[in-house]
Amino acid sequence: MNEYRYDNQTVQGFILSAIFWGVVGILVGLLISVQLWAPAANFAPYLTYGRLRPVHTNGLAFGLGIGAIFGLSYYILIRLCRRPLLFPRLARVHLWLFNAAIALAALSLMAGYTQSNEYAELEWPLDVGVVVLWVMFAVNVFGTIIKRKDAQMYVSLWYIIATVVAVAVLYLVNNLSIPAGLTKSYHLFAGVNSANVQWWYGHNAVGFIFTTPILAMFYYFLPKAIGVPIFSHRLSILAFWSLVFGYLWTGAHHLVYSPVPDWIQTLGIVFTLFLIAPSWGSVVNGYYTVGADWSKMRSNYLTKFFILGITFYGLQTVQGPTQSLRVVSQLIHFTDWVPGHVHMGTMGWVTMTVCASVYYVIPKIYGTTIYSEKIANVHFWLVLVGQLLFSVTMWITGIQQGAMWKATNPDGTLKYTFVETLAKNYPYWHTRTLAGIVFTVGMLFFIYNVLMTIQKGKALQSSGAPAPAAAPAA
Amino acid sequence: MAGDIYKKPVLLAVMATVAISVGSIVTMAYPMLRADMHPKLDNLKPFTPLQLAGRDVYQREGCVGCHTQTVRPLASEVARYGDYSKAGEFAYDHPFLWGSKRTGPDLAREGGLRPDGWHQQHYANPQAFAARSNMPSYGWLKGRPLDAATVADHMNALAFVHPELKTDLAAVKASVEGKDELDALVAYTQWLGTSVQRRQAAEVDLALANPVAGRPEAIARGKKLFADNCAVCHGEEAEGQEGVAPSLVDDEFLGATPDLPDAAYFAIISGGSDAKPIAGRAGAKDGGMTAFGGQLSKEDIWSVIAWVRAQKAHEKAEGKVK
Repeated sequence: MNEYRYDNQTVQGFILSAIFWGVVGILVGLLISVQLWAPAANFAPYLTYGRLRPVHTNGLAFGLGIGAIFGLSYYILIRLCRRPLLFPRLARVHLWLFNAAIALAALSLMAGYTQSNEYAELEWPLDVGVVVLWVMFAVNVFGTIIKRKDAQMYVSLWYIIATVVAVAVLYLVNNLSIPAGLTKSYHLFAGVNSANVQWWYGHNAVGFIFTTPILAMFYYFLPKAIGVPIFSHRLSILAFWSLVFGYLWTGAHHLVYSPVPDWIQTLGIVFTLFLIAPSWGSVVNGYYTVGADWSKMRSNYLTKFFILGITFYGLQTVQGPTQSLRVVSQLIHFTDWVPGHVHMGTMGWVTMTVCASVYYVIPKIYGTTIYSEKIANVHFWLVLVGQLLFSVTMWITGIQQGAMWKATNPDGTLKYTFVETLAKNYPYWHTRTLAGIVFTVGMLFFIYNVLMTIQKGKALQSSGAPAPAAAPAA
Repeated sequence: MAGDIYKKPVLLAVMATVAISVGSIVTMAYPMLRADMHPKLDNLKPFTPLQLAGRDVYQREGCVGCHTQTVRPLASEVARYGDYSKAGEFAYDHPFLWGSKRTGPDLAREGGLRPDGWHQQHYANPQAFAARSNMPSYGWLKGRPLDAATVADHMNALAFVHPELKTDLAAVKASVEGKDELDALVAYTQWLGTSVQRRQAAEVDLALANPVAGRPEAIARGKKLFADNCAVCHGEEAEGQEGVAPSLVDDEFLGATPDLPDAAYFAIISGGSDAKPIAGRAGAKDGGMTAFGGQLSKEDIWSVIAWVRAQKAHEKAEGKVK
């Protein structure tokens, strides 16, 4: 029983760490959104847009995203394997090292130590640290699964296993570099090859950080939270294998019309279209699960988080393939449309699902209930409105930018200078900052709710009540 | 029974690895073995130590977050930036710096487009050149010294894959001596796209007369076009800026007297520095006039010239120039 309590503390540690780095990442995001329309807000070299943008993306993908993935995966493992983690102390060291690594990552990026590859900016000493962290995670994942007390592995465990394997391969290959001192290295690959390796990595970082582990959460926490089993096991098998098979082909859709060989681009586009099927396999599975009793949308406050989350996943996985088509790419590539797309996935799908999972886990750890469903509902609406305002604004400005870049006079000369096209973005960039503020306020409600739930749980514990969550039920 | 895989975690992990490997091998690993992933243009020159130091600054400051370095093969992009990017231009790019977001303009064809002085001043104060630009100032790079030993380490790290980059400390010192980070960044900016032959300037008949010469409506239109496109370098009054761009109201043109007829102006405005042979003069060695042929219509260009002529007459009348 104490073992569970120890593991639960580790889980909670990861959740709180993720929340902390999430706040840092979101605040940096707000600052760089201001810098887009107010260049004077680039206060010092280490606070310029160029250095802070990777702090924002790494802080949220790795600090918030991976932090939550570590914590919630451990939680799911304990439940689905019906046993404590095989190496509980390793998981605790993992937690401390994780926080140290993210702190160093943020500082090193602000110092300008970067490999310049998106989502792989960290310099090689930190990469070594990341690999160590990942091995620690993998040891506990595989160890605990192998020593599990339940023969059948639920779909969430498959997604966690796939995540562990795929991220390891992706990270190791793309971070191969030639060190030129402690704080500098050059990508081992050059030019078109460098681009192709990087986007094979970059796109699949999205696939195996923002998709598979989040699906693991979705498949576990949705049925748990609403008390309805997943609609179709067969569909989840089909979706799983086609997703992990199809994803790795698609990186080149980031390189449409680039000098990378056409056949790689075309293969990337074709498999991107193919990915609609497994993605929507999960979407359909989610809808039909709740479809057994739609009144849960009203009666269970978590349902709407999951359903909106999977809806944005569904929209994301249709929009993405659409963007990869050459005819669409030529208009919206390089424009603000793309951040609009990314933020629907991160602010919509990932945040909604992670927050709902945290809302489920924290009270479970203490055998209590959420501090306030009302605050959770306020959180939901603010985050939803903030995200929609952000994405829709960016799509509009992206189309406008793309169209202005292309616009020509009857004699074939360009209609607008570059600065004219840029100046038109300002109102949209203002709106984007506003949307970010609304989203941030929503997240503050979430954090307050989580912290108050922990307070409530601790008060309950010190009053001597038993913690029912100690006895796991898969 | 196939369902057993969901009871065997190691088997599942192996199968998942196989599943992710297929696409990875076909689209990422296999292409590496093909020659078309390692092309190199004959004209491509490796970085000098100063240029590499500048590229390091470009990387450090995250310029790639706002600037792309790849021109797509689309008519509008070729018109705006120049020839579309070739695979063989990037053999020394570790990593590629094509970027994914074009908040500022593409820089793939920036090298040689403008004089060093323009870049120095623009990096220090972008808004002086375009009031609505959102680029931060990088004037603080000025005066930050380059460490020759570090630059040498970086050159020699790249020499691991490109032996021709092997450089001894003395050669690095000679390259970066007395230069600061801003100089290095400018040197790198001037390197961009230099392996690709510049667009050939269109032939212009030098006997051609300006069809709108002296027309008030053309002069008014030219004045506005000049303010929008030319004044950032040549000054509001076309009086020129020391170290950036020459005066257009004196009797010199491309560094020599006498002034040339309107058609020579047309050739240079339309074709940029590449049109110097058409005008028949060498001009300043590092002179970098932007080609406006893709952005301004013929009538626009003639109108600008009409205004420049009117301005010159005006300045002469005021006695500001001889």
